[in-house]
Amino acid sequence: MTDHPTHPPEKPALLTRIQQSIQRGPIRPPDDRSRMKMVMNSLILHIHPSKVSKPALKFTYTFGLGGLLILLGSILAVTGILLLFVYTPSPDAAYDSMIALQTEINFGNLIRNLHHWSGNLMVVVGVLHLLRVFYTAGFTRPREFNWVMGITLLLLIIAANFTGYLLPWDQLAYWAVTVGTSLFDYIPIIGEPLTRLLLGGPEVGTATLTNFYGLHIAVIPLAIFAIVSFHIWRVRKDTITVPREINQERDKGKVTTLPHLVSIEFVFALVWLALLITWAAFVNAPLEEAANPAHSPNPAKAAWYFMGFQELLLHFHPVFGAIIIPGLGLMVLILVPYLDQDMETTGIWFRSVLGRILAGLSFFLGVAGTFGFVWLNEYYLDFPGWLPFLPSSISNGWVPLAVILLILIGYYELLKAFGIKTCEARQAIFTLLLASFATLTFVGIFLRGEGMALILPWS
Amino acid sequence: MSENKLLRKDFMNIVWGAAGLLAITELSLVGLSFLSPRTAEGEFGGVFKLGHYDQYPAGSVTLVEAGRFYLVRLPEGGLLAVYRRCTHLGCAVPYDLSVGKFVCPCHGSEFTMDGDVLNEPASRPLDLFTLSVNEVGEIEVDTSSPVERDQASPNHIVYI
Repeated sequence: MTDHPTHPPEKPALLTRIQQSIQRGPIRPPDDRSRMKMVMNSLILHIHPSKVSKPALKFTYTFGLGGLLILLGSILAVTGILLLFVYTPSPDAAYDSMIALQTEINFGNLIRNLHHWSGNLMVVVGVLHLLRVFYTAGFTRPREFNWVMGITLLLLIIAANFTGYLLPWDQLAYWAVTVGTSLFDYIPIIGEPLTRLLLGGPEVGTATLTNFYGLHIAVIPLAIFAIVSFHIWRVRKDTITVPREINQERDKGKVTTLPHLVSIEFVFALVWLALLITWAAFVNAPLEEAANPAHSPNPAKAAWYFMGFQELLLHFHPVFGAIIIPGLGLMVLILVPYLDQDMETTGIWFRSVLGRILAGLSFFLGVAGTFGFVWLNEYYLDFPGWLPFLPSSISNGWVPLAVILLILIGYYELLKAFGIKTCEARQAIFTLLLASFATLTFVGIFLRGEGMALILPWS
Repeated sequence: MSENKLLRKDFMNIVWGAAGLLAITELSLVGLSFLSPRTAEGEFGGVFKLGHYDQYPAGSVTLVEAGRFYLVRLPEGGLLAVYRRCTHLGCAVPYDLSVGKFVCPCHGSEFTMDGDVLNEPASRPLDLFTLSVNEVGEIEVDTSSPVERDQASPNHIVYI
């Protein structure tokens, strides 16, 4: 014992002491100052700053898309871990696991449905999140690199979906992955060895299932977790862009994160969770008969998010359809924030009234033009037939690509000639390309029948 | 004296940097070769022994299911091991006996008996596997790696 005079300290009750050893401050902080302190000191809440911009809380600015992605990722992690206890990753047993989920395991179907639909929804929401950031110029300095990380995350989400697609080992899984990986085969030089490494052999088999399983449950989720942490940390450091109407000053008002943001997030997550569970309870994830490597379905389609690329491949020489065009697209997408530095319009939807009109017009032109091109190409256009003296990489590659680039450049120059601002003209081109790719995906999914022939709904 | 020290420091930095790079390269190579595909005899990816060539009459196409290839005996007697995988997007191509050609059910590519393209969208002939015939006339097909070809050529055909 020391010889300091001891005042008997006020000893809190045991339960209070245990609680305080976990959560140091009060559980319900009484004032703003202690609310901010709670956010700062909490591991989980600390992904947020202690105060946030008041106007940015407006739902119709972010639509909560980033938050929804986190929710979907969490649902996928939980349901995925549950599925691990049921699933056996071998060609002999994988399909049986699927049957067991449907017939034997309590809530087996619900968990699989939740996993399946959350995964697919994640691709859609990821794209919408990208579009939200694009159309409000949320990528402007200093947020450029966060845009690049966002694109990396979107690619990883697609990779997670694609590797998961194979695991049920039914006809759908087997042939969608066969067709999907065959798209990579067309990449010059590295395509073939890359596909072989991924498949663990020349075609989809036992080794492919093992590889995809490892990627799906360990490599990709860990990569997503790491990059998402960096992504959110950057959002916290750089702060979110502040929304405003045209010709309006930025509202600099701030509110404490707790409770204003956290309560919105909680309600939003709960509503989405309810929606997803309801959906998963009634709509079953598809399952066809067990995979049969000897029998290809007609038509054989890749996973839906690759149908835009499969559709491109129907129209262009493989090197163009699988590499040059998607590669150019990805490069432009990554460079977007480095090209565009108009800080004045940050936070305004589509930048201006004119920007809104042009984006709408470009979207319409993109849809109509692409659909027209697909239709013409099905029945009338025949570059290789008209230019038989040229190799198909020129007649069905360089020639149509040049035509398309000329149309794009012409459109851009036309807009500039009318005095449209650079950032709005670029936005118009982006919208045109987006509409075009969306149309290709739509045509691939819904309008392609046997032998990939074009089936028009009215014929 | 101090200059010498600086040089020594720079030199050591380079050496350690190079050692780090070397370690990363070596470990990457170890990882890659760890992941490289394995194959076994009699399984797809291994070597198939198909017996004497006499069993396969001229003008016949025989599916070797486990090896995922067709043993093609051309009308003039030449032999080919044609991989079943369509060169367009990887579907399994069945041989249509009634018309005497390979017709892909997925996207409509068609190939002749020796694998040459009759109809797009496939842009190159069906791949081959290396086929050899030993002194006693027994056929061996190695399915470890498909042989890609830009055009069908008589050089690919094995004559006895």
